[in-house]
Amino acid sequence: MTQSEPLLEVDDLAVEFRTDEGVVKAVDGASFTVDRGEIVGVVGESGSGKSVTAMSILGLVKSGRRAGGTIRFRGRDLGALPAKELRSIRGGEIAMIFQDPMTALNPVVTIGRQIVEALRLHDKKLAKGAARDRAIELLALVGMPDAAARFRQYPHEFSGGMRQRAMIAMAIANGPSLLIADEPTTALDVTIQAQVLDLLKVAQQETQAATLLITHDLGVVAELADRVVVMYAGRVVEQGDVITVFTEPRHPYTVGLLESLPRLDRDVDELHPIPGSPPSLLAPPPGCPFHPRCPLARDRCRTERPPLRAVGAAHHSACHFAEELAAVVPTEVTR
Amino acid sequence: MSDLRPSLDTPDVAAAEVAVAVDAAGGGPRSGRRSPRAMAARRFRRNRVAVGGAIFLVLILVVAVFAPLIANHSPYAVDLGAIRQPPSGDHWLGTDASGRDVFARLVYAARVSLLVGVAAALLAVVVGTLVGAVAGLFGGWIDTLLMRTADMMLSFPNIVVVIVLAGLLGPSIPILVIAIAAAEWPTAARLVRGVTLAVREREYLHAARVAGASRGWLLRKHIVPAAMGQIVVVGTISVAGAILSEAVLSFLGLGVQPPQASWGNMLNDAQSLTVIQSMPWLWLPPGLAIAATVLSVNFVGDGLRDAVDPRQSGRS
Ligand SMILES: Nc1ncnc2c1ncn2[C@@H]1O[C@H](COP(=O)(O)OP(=O)(O)O)[C@@H](O)[C@H]1O
Ligand code: SF4
Ligand SMILES: [Mg+2]
Repeated sequence: MTQSEPLLEVDDLAVEFRTDEGVVKAVDGASFTVDRGEIVGVVGESGSGKSVTAMSILGLVKSGRRAGGTIRFRGRDLGALPAKELRSIRGGEIAMIFQDPMTALNPVVTIGRQIVEALRLHDKKLAKGAARDRAIELLALVGMPDAAARFRQYPHEFSGGMRQRAMIAMAIANGPSLLIADEPTTALDVTIQAQVLDLLKVAQQETQAATLLITHDLGVVAELADRVVVMYAGRVVEQGDVITVFTEPRHPYTVGLLESLPRLDRDVDELHPIPGSPPSLLAPPPGCPFHPRCPLARDRCRTERPPLRAVGAAHHSACHFAEELAAVVPTEVTR
Repeated sequence: MSDLRPSLDTPDVAAAEVAVAVDAAGGGPRSGRRSPRAMAARRFRRNRVAVGGAIFLVLILVVAVFAPLIANHSPYAVDLGAIRQPPSGDHWLGTDASGRDVFARLVYAARVSLLVGVAAALLAVVVGTLVGAVAGLFGGWIDTLLMRTADMMLSFPNIVVVIVLAGLLGPSIPILVIAIAAAEWPTAARLVRGVTLAVREREYLHAARVAGASRGWLLRKHIVPAAMGQIVVVGTISVAGAILSEAVLSFLGLGVQPPQASWGNMLNDAQSLTVIQSMPWLWLPPGLAIAATVLSVNFVGDGLRDAVDPRQSGRS
């Protein structure tokens, strides 16, 4: 394994779902990488394939079919691993934080026991007492006041923010090198969101784990992420480091997302939400999937699918006319 | 702020799960720190009929355990000079067709009848839980195969299944237990499969998979515990069914074999009209013992059901 090899390499991933109406191409040729220790934000409208991509990394797409592509983790092809090894990676080297900690926790098992079981699942020899001490330590680490007492409580006795803390404690329990957080703050009150984001930062520093932060909130990405991956209709349409993408977007969809952000220096009537809606994944439009909504679209876009290509240093875009966007005047994003 | 943004993700608010959490803890914000089990125990203790049934069962259990101290005769001592004697100061419940003390046989029979009932119910519940959980968790053809087998067993009259098995394998207590369990397990299997299917859709089960859990782990740590309350209820009610099955089979001569006494084979003597009409001490005590025990077990079972799942209160 060389130093330059990425931790996670998703290459041309395709996932399909057979439904009554036809085959849904939920992920259609998505490629991106995550390096050791970095935070990568994944943004895109609802239904753009973010969650399915995350689940594919864990090899757990419910009722879905991997239609193509490879996922390499530390150089190993996850698709080729035996089930047992994959299980030891799940919750071990790759851990996940869910959107809604209420439903992701078993309502009839105490928080402490759930953390203890997460530990013992990956270390069968771990004694009960040691697991208990470690669980309380983890709860304290994620800022749970009175961790020893909290250990014995049930999820419904926790506030939303505290539950998310417990989820994070559970996720980092086995020292993962990749954390996947799927909309970790979406289900929380605005006031709690900032706390949980700070905590994610702490968890990331504590474990040195790379983090795949899935969110629809560009503000969250701006605050936390090193790099950003923009998804649209199951594809990656742009990726690069956060500052570059936010200041010099090279895909019309990213530009649209940035322009629809509320900003302090702009009046509300100056907002430009992207007109139209995402395409049906049952019958995606030919060529560029964004063309029905794209202000720059022309004939070539309707027939020829734009590949993801380099448009700058470590900056990629899937637009035929990415270079034309250099003329657009971007400014920095405020939360 | 959020409505100004493009139509981005909305959270999957699973209100149902919140309801489950509250309900599991005893149904109400005041439930505090109590575990679901403690709450169920408290609900059970408030149910007088169920507590009465439980007390009676404990009594019967004490009698069974201390049978040698309670009986003033051996249950096997034949006295051909004193057959079918009515109750007296020496033979409190009279003697049977071989001159054996009916009271002694009654208390010793409690051992056998309870043992067979509990063992058969336990076996049925363990097998049923395993089958139901595997069927629900694996689905597909495994599910179809297992549940069609269960349906087949259920559509046979229990007693026929037991008679066929006892007839094929010969009467003995282990065969009796296996035969009764064979007739009873499908009920538990269906129930546990239902719970498994419901739990399988829960996000926390998915989260456990994401955390690296195998199917066996999901079964042990999430599915069986989730079904445990209802398993206990079904198991208890199965005990009643098993005690009855034991009685019927032993009455027919397919169960517990004399000279060993069971409540069922004690009724054997009551096959003639003269006995039924003029010698009630031969059939009334075992008959009442069976009826009272089965009733008590059912009271306890109903009480447990209400305690485990308060929403179903009032169902029979
Ligand atoms: N189990 C499934 N069956 C059918 N379609 C699915 C299933 N899961 C996801 N999809 C579809 O795949 C697409 C991508 O979903 P998802 O990855 O959840 O989007 P995101 O997380 O970006 O909002 C959506 O159009 C969704 O309807
Ligand atoms: S390829 Fe064409 S339609 Fe697609 S984003 Fe670029 S300009 Fe728009
Ligand atoms: Mg999602």
